[in-house]
Amino acid sequence: MSDLQTPAGAPGAASDDAPSTATAAANASSAGAGGRSFLPKSTLLRHLLVLALCAVLAVLLLEGTERSTNDQISRIAFYAIAAGGLTLLTGLNGQISLGHGALMAVGAYTTALMLDVDGDPLPLAVIFLVAVAVTAVVGAIVGVAAARLHGPYLAGATLALAVGVPGLTLYFSDTLGGEQGINVRAPRAPDWFVEGIEALSGERGQGTKWLAYIAVACLLISYFLLANLMRSRIGRTWRAVRDQEVAAELAGISLGSWRVLAFVVSAAAAGLAGGVLAIVVRLTAPGSFLPVLSLSLLTAIVIGGLGSLFGALLGSVLLVLLPEWARDFGLEVLDMESAQASQAAFVIYGLLLVATMLFAPAGLVGTVRLALLRRRAARAMSRAGGG
Amino acid sequence: MAEPPHDRTTQRPDRSPTARLEMTGINVAFGGVTALDDVSLLVEPGQVHGLIGPNGAGKTTMFNVACGLVRPTSGRIVWRGDELRRLRPAQLSKLGIARTLQGVGLFPGMTVLENVMVGAHRHAKAGFFSALFAIPTADKDEERLRRRALDALAELEATEYAGRYPGSLPYPVQKRVALARALVADPELLLLDEPASGLSEDEMHELGELIRTVSSRMSVLLVEHHMDLVMRVCDRITVLDSGRLIAVGTPEEIRADPVVTEAYLGDDVDVDADAAQLASGTEGAHRG
Repeated sequence: MSDLQTPAGAPGAASDDAPSTATAAANASSAGAGGRSFLPKSTLLRHLLVLALCAVLAVLLLEGTERSTNDQISRIAFYAIAAGGLTLLTGLNGQISLGHGALMAVGAYTTALMLDVDGDPLPLAVIFLVAVAVTAVVGAIVGVAAARLHGPYLAGATLALAVGVPGLTLYFSDTLGGEQGINVRAPRAPDWFVEGIEALSGERGQGTKWLAYIAVACLLISYFLLANLMRSRIGRTWRAVRDQEVAAELAGISLGSWRVLAFVVSAAAAGLAGGVLAIVVRLTAPGSFLPVLSLSLLTAIVIGGLGSLFGALLGSVLLVLLPEWARDFGLEVLDMESAQASQAAFVIYGLLLVATMLFAPAGLVGTVRLALLRRRAARAMSRAGGG
Repeated sequence: MAEPPHDRTTQRPDRSPTARLEMTGINVAFGGVTALDDVSLLVEPGQVHGLIGPNGAGKTTMFNVACGLVRPTSGRIVWRGDELRRLRPAQLSKLGIARTLQGVGLFPGMTVLENVMVGAHRHAKAGFFSALFAIPTADKDEERLRRRALDALAELEATEYAGRYPGSLPYPVQKRVALARALVADPELLLLDEPASGLSEDEMHELGELIRTVSSRMSVLLVEHHMDLVMRVCDRITVLDSGRLIAVGTPEEIRADPVVTEAYLGDDVDVDADAAQLASGTEGAHRG
């Protein structure tokens, strides 16, 4: 047995393990990590403070940029909402889903159908809540099936969802509009908003701007709620299920129901994202929800850093902006035709993904966190060794 | 570890263990191979019970039956007077049974403190919606769990590692954390699966004292290779060989039992002899 034992405090066994085991974990930082004494101790106050700060930043951003950027921000917002839900599912709970695009479709079609009525539609908040609820129910059904599957089988099953749901819209083309989809009547900005924006920046707060505000508000609220969950016992339990099934079960955690719960929460976020997509794009058509959407979401959370909301946001920003940057780069610097430049965007996107996987497998946020972790471990080791 | 247990009066009443575990006539077959043949085991309240036997005797299988990981083909498990039917591992904690794993089985992606807090899962009160909206009661509940976890870590003298990740810690420390995670659930029965593997003599000695300490508030069932530890801490010992029960008794009785000696205690037993025995197949068991 002597080869097994390592005296406590000896530097031998402890050097490089931390980074290798903590790859996925590094992103989901722990509550007790310390060093946050300047923030309030209460989770609610802390998260509300961050929420308020982000809201101010968002207003500055929306008012400081032009219409087209506002539109980009709206698109980033709905991608980020869905990616936030997905990173909870994949990063915290270890379940992969290639079908979140389909769940977004559920939310989008629910929203589109509820807005497409004669007379005044219900308030948008109510419509979004219904979209979230409907998608959550679909998520629960998928989740029950998913809880029994692992790895490639789960990926396959959810991919089937992504492939199947757009087809469903063609089958029920009478209500769902078939290939053309449903044109969405975007809600009009209320007077107080128009006046408020006019007073704030002198611009007209209608159309795109109103939608951008709705999208960003949805993003902030959903991230606030997701962050609450991730920092709580619920998030910890999800991580336990991800890390060590047997130990989690022995602690009294029923693996299946916690997996389903993660799927439901994640689906709810996707439903909201779909609702926002519907009003921002003003069209709900099967072409918007091809399997590539699900893959893009997965790409976003991997590049950003699994399990991190900030990473999901960062990944979504890249998802929206990178193709456009790449196209501009192709058009202006490389002097390409516009069709060529659009194709080049895909190439650059792919290359970036490969590079991320090679050089920063924990994603952008994860890599930074890992570096911090490593430094902390090294400090702890030197303390133990020296003192 | 020699410290007296912490003041826990706010969290749990100072109780003496009352629950008994009875496993009778347990049969387990994997395919056509009989792993356990009509084995019975009785752990009295507050008792430290050792389960020993040569490699392949069925100790771990018996253990897995006790916690629902393996379903017996026949036999009864009675816990606190109720028969446990179709036991599932996730129910154990609610029943007041905690178990450590043969490896350490810590959650690699979580800090030591969080690992132990997961162990206190059954004591959590705040639900999903209070977490979703970060209602202050959820914070209070978290604080309670954190305090509990820190107490358990303190009892195992592992407080200083609370913020570290398990992968960066030496093996014996990981074992202590795993034990803290089991103790924090405040179980009435603690199942320890080879707790001393990978420990040094000193650490094993501390472990022995710890087991004696916790036995004042819970029963302990122990599977272990290290005879000196088993003989020192156990009140009663059950010996298995090739899936059959061959002896039950106090450490003295077991030590004096010729059947046990023949099956198992051949020479001065240590792990090296066990390993040699494993390497040389079944003849090794009869060598002494």
